[in-house]
Amino acid sequence: MLQSQKYVLPLLLLFFGVIFLGFLNISLGSVNIPFKDVFASIFNLEVSKETWRYIIVEYRLPKAITAIITGSGLAISGLLMQTLFRNPLAGPYVLGLSSGASLGVAIVIMGASVFGGAFAGILLSKWSLVIASSLGSLLVLIAVMLASLRLRDTMAILIIGLMFASLTAAVVSVLSYFSPAAQLQQYVFWSFGSLGDLSWNEVGILAMFWFVGIILAISCIKNLNTLLLGEQYAKSLGVSIQRNRLIIIIATSLLAGSITAFAGPIAFVGLAVPHLIRQIIPVNNHSILVPAVILGGAALMLICDIAAQMPGQEYTLPINAITSLIGAPVVIWLLVRKRKFLF
Amino acid sequence: MDQTEKHSILKTINLDIGYSNKTEKTIIAEAINIEVNEGELVAVIGVNGVGKSTFLRTLSGVQDALKGEVLVKNEKIQHIDPLDLAALVSLVLTEQPISKNLSVFELVALGRQPYTNWIGRLSKNDLRQIKKSLQNVGIEDLQNKKCYELSDGQLQKVLIARAIAQNTPLVILDEPTTHLDLYHKAYVLKLLKKLTRKTNKAIVFASHEINLAIQLCDKIILMQDKKITTGSPKELLDSGAFSTVFPKGLIVFDEESASFKINP
Repeated sequence: MLQSQKYVLPLLLLFFGVIFLGFLNISLGSVNIPFKDVFASIFNLEVSKETWRYIIVEYRLPKAITAIITGSGLAISGLLMQTLFRNPLAGPYVLGLSSGASLGVAIVIMGASVFGGAFAGILLSKWSLVIASSLGSLLVLIAVMLASLRLRDTMAILIIGLMFASLTAAVVSVLSYFSPAAQLQQYVFWSFGSLGDLSWNEVGILAMFWFVGIILAISCIKNLNTLLLGEQYAKSLGVSIQRNRLIIIIATSLLAGSITAFAGPIAFVGLAVPHLIRQIIPVNNHSILVPAVILGGAALMLICDIAAQMPGQEYTLPINAITSLIGAPVVIWLLVRKRKFLF
Repeated sequence: MDQTEKHSILKTINLDIGYSNKTEKTIIAEAINIEVNEGELVAVIGVNGVGKSTFLRTLSGVQDALKGEVLVKNEKIQHIDPLDLAALVSLVLTEQPISKNLSVFELVALGRQPYTNWIGRLSKNDLRQIKKSLQNVGIEDLQNKKCYELSDGQLQKVLIARAIAQNTPLVILDEPTTHLDLYHKAYVLKLLKKLTRKTNKAIVFASHEINLAIQLCDKIILMQDKKITTGSPKELLDSGAFSTVFPKGLIVFDEESASFKINP
């Protein structure tokens, strides 16, 4: 009540920040398009050049929406993992979900050439990438979930996530060793991460997964707060630990799995955004943290995408490199400057 | 003693506690029969590893009993809905992985969780209860501090305030005095005593502070290797139960001063 009112202003600022960054993201790119025409294309008005409209509507708009979805989705799954595992270093990347997705993609792209034959033709469509990637993260998720049912220790679950990451990395390097240059290149490009080349259709599917994941996250806001006290306290407050753990893990895997499939493995957003938000809004109540982290993740991803574009240039840098370039120093700064790293 | 009839809050019938897995059962204590009434301050005393924590976890429903019954307000604990149980029993545990990033107010407010709506919005009544429990424990001036800024003694008070805010007739504390100096140990136990008198709550706590417990508690549950003795401090003193708490030799119970002394 009195607590939430205090944070309405920063939330509003974040919201308008996302809208502003969204417009900025759409209006900057390798082709210079005047602001007037950017607006006109978005709102379906008279545009000076038809090619401009095409660039905005078919390329930049879906890319900006993908940036918003990936940023917010990864940031929320980071927040969920940090609270669930009561570990400031948790995130979809650390838990091995992204690695599982990478393994799925690696098997499809590079395995096709290794197994060879007619098999390869079926495997190499864009859809098979998405399915394999989602299956990969689901596989890791199920393994982590089974482990979490047997082991009460949340630290052990994190270690299992790390082990999965190295396992998949090993399998991927074996596959790369045997695969021809063309396939290797294709895999490497996927692993750079990319927010572009998504059709409206694909954006729609991604948005659907995102929506379900976010709704699940919102549904356990209250229990997330209770989990900050640890599982024994949560249980004594009437919270069903098993059920909430399941909901949180499903939400995370839906978000991380679908995003990794479409946009590649994107590092650091899930880990860094919740910490950045806690610097701006010093609160632990998830009814404020969840919307703030959604907006913060979207804003950070839009900024990273603008940087990756290098406005006015023809090149686009790999988005994964940009998020790491921005994310890693932020985490180091938090550690050195604040000397405490809390969830 | 007041004239009104005391209501039973907590009762155990032939309770066996311990751990079990598929292949074996490890019994820590058997056939426990105790009763705690409202407004009573009860200490659970015993040496390290005797099973005090297991006992308290079983009483609070966090852990299942091996055999026998735990009755909260005359109802079997496993038949009580978890949310209803949260309105009957609150816990204070030590060394839990609590987020130290929480502010004191936020932590105490979490005691209201069983009563708030789906998103955890605090009503006027919730805010009043939080304020009252902060006052009761005497930590109003700390409410905007973060938990990592607190001393061990202050954190203990905050955890107690959270349990008070949960507004339950029974509060169970597991070793609330560990890591505290003698002054703060006495302060916390005196505070618990004050709370039982002021709010008519029943408070059960595990402690190693036998000397303080003898002076303050209404009832003592003495846990010794698979044997449990219950009674008021005076009854236990009269029966000489304290003399067998520790292994013979190093520490002896001095009947005269009703306290433990090191054997000279």
